[in-house]
Amino acid sequence: MSLLNQGIKEEIDKWVQKFPQGKQRSAIIASLHSVQHFNQGFLTTELMNEVADYLDLPRIQVFEVASFYSMFNTEPVGRHEISICTNISCMLRGSDEILDHVQKRLSIKAGESTSDGKIFLKNEEECLAACTGAPMLMLDHQYIENLNIKKVDEILDELENKN
Amino acid sequence: MKFLTNWRTKISDLNQVIFANINNKDPWSIDSYISSGGYEAWRNILNDQTKPHSAESIIEMIKESGLRGRGGAGFPTGLKWSFMPKNDEQKYIVCNSDESEPGTCHDRDILKYNPHALIEGMAIAGYAIGATVGYNYVRGEFMAECYPQIENALNETYQKGLLGKNIFNTGIDFDLYNFIGAGAYICGEETGLLESLEGKQGKPRFKPPFPANYGLYGQPTTVNNTQTLASVPMIINKGPDWFKSFGTDKSTGTIIFSISGHVNSPGNYELPLGIPFKDLIEYSGGVINKKQLKAVIPGGSSTKVLPAKIIQNCKMDYESLQEVGSSLGTAAVVVIAEGTCMVNLLKRISRFYFAENCGQCTPCREGTGWLYRILDRITEGNGKESDLKLLVDVANRIEGNTICAFGDASAWPVQSFIEHYYEEFEYMINNKGKTKAA
Repeated sequence: MSLLNQGIKEEIDKWVQKFPQGKQRSAIIASLHSVQHFNQGFLTTELMNEVADYLDLPRIQVFEVASFYSMFNTEPVGRHEISICTNISCMLRGSDEILDHVQKRLSIKAGESTSDGKIFLKNEEECLAACTGAPMLMLDHQYIENLNIKKVDEILDELENKN
Repeated sequence: MKFLTNWRTKISDLNQVIFANINNKDPWSIDSYISSGGYEAWRNILNDQTKPHSAESIIEMIKESGLRGRGGAGFPTGLKWSFMPKNDEQKYIVCNSDESEPGTCHDRDILKYNPHALIEGMAIAGYAIGATVGYNYVRGEFMAECYPQIENALNETYQKGLLGKNIFNTGIDFDLYNFIGAGAYICGEETGLLESLEGKQGKPRFKPPFPANYGLYGQPTTVNNTQTLASVPMIINKGPDWFKSFGTDKSTGTIIFSISGHVNSPGNYELPLGIPFKDLIEYSGGVINKKQLKAVIPGGSSTKVLPAKIIQNCKMDYESLQEVGSSLGTAAVVVIAEGTCMVNLLKRISRFYFAENCGQCTPCREGTGWLYRILDRITEGNGKESDLKLLVDVANRIEGNTICAFGDASAWPVQSFIEHYYEEFEYMINNKGKTKAA
C-alpha cells in the first residue's frame, strides 16, 4: 500500500503542473516538503522512494536533493522545530545567550531533540533574513523576532502545553 | 520618525520607488496596489505594443534609468536583459527571492508588503526579453510567512485576467509560478538557483555559457533579484529621468538599506543611493547605548568590513564604497559598536561559509574549513603566531579559484578583518584567547 495519501498526491500533482512536460524533477523539493510535513518533520527512505516512484524518477535523484538542503531531516526529530539564528546580525544582539538559555532549559544541544520527542532544536541556524528583528527564531516555520530571555521562556511555556 | 536629529536628508526621500505604497491600507492586496497606480505600466503595454511600449523600448528605458541588480553584484539590469537572444525559442524570466546573504532582509518585506510590484515587474521583464513563463524562487524558510502572501497575490492577478495565455486578447502570453526552495545559501547564486529550480542540488554551473544562452532547462533565461524587478513598474510608469532624479550619476535611484546590529532602530529604509553614511545611521536612530561606532559591514557578510574612521565619511553607493575598498553588495548595513570582539565575529562569518559551501570546488570546500578551524583555535586560546599568515594565505588561495563568487565571498571578510584589526588577532593569540576588543 502506498505511504502517500491522496492529499499529498494531489499536492504533488499541483506542483508538477507548474513545470513543462517531462520536467517533473522540478517538483522534488516541494514534494519532499509535503511528505516531511505529513511525517511530522522528517523523511524516511521509504517515503523518499515513494516520492521518486510517484514522480517516475530514479530514486537517487530524490535522495541527493534530500541530503543537500538544510530544511530536510533524514533522521527522526522532535515534532516541533526551533531554529535560533546565530549569524552576525543576531549575534551582535545576543543570540548566543538565547541559544545557551534554550539549550539549558531543554537539556539538549543544538541538533538534538528532547527525549519526549516533542522539540527539535535545529543545529545552530544560519541567517534567516530577519536581521532587522534580531535576535530571532523560527518555530515550526513561524518567525518570532526581537527576542529576549523572557519572551523565549513564554514561547517554551506555550509549547509545553501543546501536543 | 521622532528619533531624527541633526537632519540632513529630506524625509520626503524615504520610500519613493519600491515602497511608495507601503503606508496604504493593506498594500499587499491587488485593489490597494491598483488604486495607487499599480498595473498601469503593464496595462499600457497590453494596450499598445508599439513605441514607447515595444519590447526594445522597455529595455532601452531600463538601460536609460541606470537600474542595477540589487542582489549584490550591481550589474546593469537593462544590459542583462539585452543579452537575451531575439528568436522564437522558449525563454524564461526567473526571480531570485532566495534572500539569504547575512544581514539582508528587504526582499522578505517586498514579498510580504508589496508582492504585486514584483509580479508586475516580472510580467514587464518577461515581455521585454520575450519570456512567456516566469518562476519566482522563494527561499524555503519563507514557507509560512512570505510564500502564502505572494501566492495569494498571484491568484489575485490571475483573477483580474492580467496574467495567462492571450491576455485580454492581445496575443501576449505570460504565466508566472512561485517556487519554494529548501534551505541553501548557494541557491542565491543564479546558476545554483537554476539547478535547484530544475530539482537538483544547487551547485553553480561553469560560465560561460551564461543563463541568457543556456539557462533554465537549457533555454535562454534572465535571473533578476526581487528588489530589482519590484523597481521596474515605477520606472516604466514615471520614466527613467524621474528614477535618475534620485541617487548619484552612476548609482541611480533608490535602494532598500537593511540596517541591523548595534543601532537603536534597526529596519529596512528605502533611500536614494549616495546618501551619506552619517545620515543613514541617523535614520536608524544612531548606535545603541550612546556607544562609539567601531566598524560597519556595508553590504552583507560577503563585503569587506570598514572601520568607523573610513565609513563615517563615506557615501552609500556602488562607486563610493568601491573606492574605499569594499562594496555596496546587498546594502545590508551591519553596524558594529565599540567593545565588539572582531575575532569572534569573523569566526562566526567563517563558520557560515564553511557550513554553506556546496562542496564542488576544492579550494572553497577545503579552504573554508581551514579558515574556520584556524579561527576556532585562536578563540579557544590555542592560536599560533603563524596562524595569521596562514589565514590570509588560505583566503588568497580560495579567491578567484572557484566556479562562483562564493569562494571570493568567503575570502574577503578574512582578508579585511585581519587587515584592519590585526592587533586584536595578534593579542588574542599571544594571550591564550583573551580578547582585546575595544
